[in-house]
Amino acid sequence: MSALLEIRGIHKRFGGLHALNDVSLSINAGEIYGLIGPNGAGKTTLFNVLTGLYQPDEGAFTFNGKDLFRKKPYVVVESGIARTFQNIRLFANMTALENVMVGQHVRTRTGVIGAVLRHPKARAEEAGIKVRAQELLDYVGIGRRHDELARNLSYGDQRRLEIARALATKPTLLALDEPAAGMNPSETEGLKKLMEKVRADGVTILLIEHDVKLMMGLCDRIAVLDYGKKIAEGVPEAVKNDPRVIEAYLGVAPQ
Amino acid sequence: MNFAFMKTRHGKAITYAVLAVILALLPWMLTGGFENGKSWVRAVDFALLYIMLALGLNIVVGYAGLLDLGYIAFYAVGAYVYALLNSPHLAAILPAWLIGPNFIVMLVVAAVFAGMFGVMLGTPVLKLRGDYLAIVTLGFGEIIRIFLNNLDRPVNITNGPQGINNIDKVHFLDIDFGRPMEWLGLTFDMVHLYYYLILAFCIFIIFVTLRLQHSRIGRAWVALREDEIAANAMGINIRNVKLLAFAMGASFGGVSGALFASFQGFVSPESFVLMESIMVLCMVVLGGMGHIPGVILGAIIVSITPEILRDVINPLQEGIFGRRVVDPENLRMLIFGLAMIIIMLLRPEGLWPSKRRAREFHEHDEEAQA
Ligand SMILES: Nc1ncnc2c1ncn2[C@@H]1O[C@H](COP(=O)(O)OP(=O)(O)O)[C@@H](O)[C@H]1O
Ligand SMILES: [Mg+2]
Repeated sequence: MSALLEIRGIHKRFGGLHALNDVSLSINAGEIYGLIGPNGAGKTTLFNVLTGLYQPDEGAFTFNGKDLFRKKPYVVVESGIARTFQNIRLFANMTALENVMVGQHVRTRTGVIGAVLRHPKARAEEAGIKVRAQELLDYVGIGRRHDELARNLSYGDQRRLEIARALATKPTLLALDEPAAGMNPSETEGLKKLMEKVRADGVTILLIEHDVKLMMGLCDRIAVLDYGKKIAEGVPEAVKNDPRVIEAYLGVAPQ
Repeated sequence: MNFAFMKTRHGKAITYAVLAVILALLPWMLTGGFENGKSWVRAVDFALLYIMLALGLNIVVGYAGLLDLGYIAFYAVGAYVYALLNSPHLAAILPAWLIGPNFIVMLVVAAVFAGMFGVMLGTPVLKLRGDYLAIVTLGFGEIIRIFLNNLDRPVNITNGPQGINNIDKVHFLDIDFGRPMEWLGLTFDMVHLYYYLILAFCIFIIFVTLRLQHSRIGRAWVALREDEIAANAMGINIRNVKLLAFAMGASFGGVSGALFASFQGFVSPESFVLMESIMVLCMVVLGGMGHIPGVILGAIIVSITPEILRDVINPLQEGIFGRRVVDPENLRMLIFGLAMIIIMLLRPEGLWPSKRRAREFHEHDEEAQA
């Protein structure tokens, strides 16, 4: 089986800082792939270069057989990669429903002419966007908050809304940057169920998370980054016991 | 104010009907009710031109969140395109088929031309935001004006500071908009005829704006304003969506400018100074950024107030002091400045904001009090 996403030899430097140093991963279709590492390891930077927000210096991204190296964000989204942000970035003054409607931009076509004339096709598309947006809100469990401004949602609901908005782009790979950060245990449990549901519906998940317990129970495979380098990769149990990983996290070699 | 009644289907129909009757009769109420009624109708005609400008700028500033301080340049482009193709000035140089085109074709040309200038401004500023964007757009507005001022040499295109005279009035549907016309026992003067003409285009532009606002494109603009990085990551082609906002806004300005040139019969660079850009921006901000009724209200207030001042202040001064102490034109800036300061302090969201914006500002108040 060939990988859904192939990340090969990626380098990213910020001035003198080597934020990503020869990172290679391959993510298979249908798995939940975890990415862990201490703060500042380069996890978010990997998301940023993958989704086209930053320009990587060297390397290759191949997604579904398609080259995505240094492509514009909308090309990446069109190809089927969607993401959320570590520090939530919703359209704060739009309603929850509108946020998800914006997410469908890339999968819809109506332009100025269609918007002004509102011909049957444009009308049908617009109605479809609305219905789909509500379905996605229901799917992530915040359907009743559809009319609420995004910034008035609770923290947990904002995280869910970000996932709904990302799913609206119809991704094959969903990249989540610390979705459980700041959640209480019961919210985290709900989030875990949601991610399992998303995966069951055929979306591959690339997940950055600190909550080790959550990661161990959820991920099929985990990679560990430290100072921009991949120091371990494998099934959760093996990674957990890898001496280099323990050292990276605890700062000392295990006895 | 309570608009609940107007939200029902029935109420909506009645509201629109009343509005239509008022708009149809307005010029006659003015000419019948005031001694200098014609100059009032003229002021209303200008107010309508400003409404189009404000709605155009509203797309750029209100929806897409791109601060543009040189917007009047597009009004200038529309005005000069109309002037050059509908006056004797270039008639000797240009091929005959280009001179005095069909009116609708002419307006499309003005809109497209202004839209192209919008893209011309938009392309180099794609990466700029906020203050930087404001400075560059301000410079752009001035550059266009200076070009118009100096393009009389080596080839005389714009006729420099003297401007272009003898611009033809609109001829359309067998009506000469420059001549008084008898109809239904009423004498339609030029200001009346232009009132209906400009009103028609104004309604068209309102319609287009409304449709765009509630569409995939309108949502993309708002998303861009809310968070450019998130909009980018959601697959919105930021470059295209920004350029589209600049082009749409500019084309509204172009249409307004073309109507202005034909109405006025004369254009010169003086009409397109920075102060005009600022005035249009004030209309948008004062009325309520991103809210169509608010923007229209802002345009009416800002453009009509000086006329009212002229008619009120002068008799008042003469009554009290026996002579004119201050020029109403000076007072206008004073009152205007004060009004802006007061409104921005008391109602930063504008006089008639959208629900979204009102919520945005008022919830901040509640948070501050809590
Ligand atoms: N835009 C940027 N400019 C400069 N340095 C950056 C930028 N983004 C991230 N970094 C640096 O790159 C390193 C990795 O950051 P990041 O990817 O956010 O880490 P993580 O998500 O693993 O906590 C950090 O040292 C961070 O300071
Ligand atoms: Mg991070």
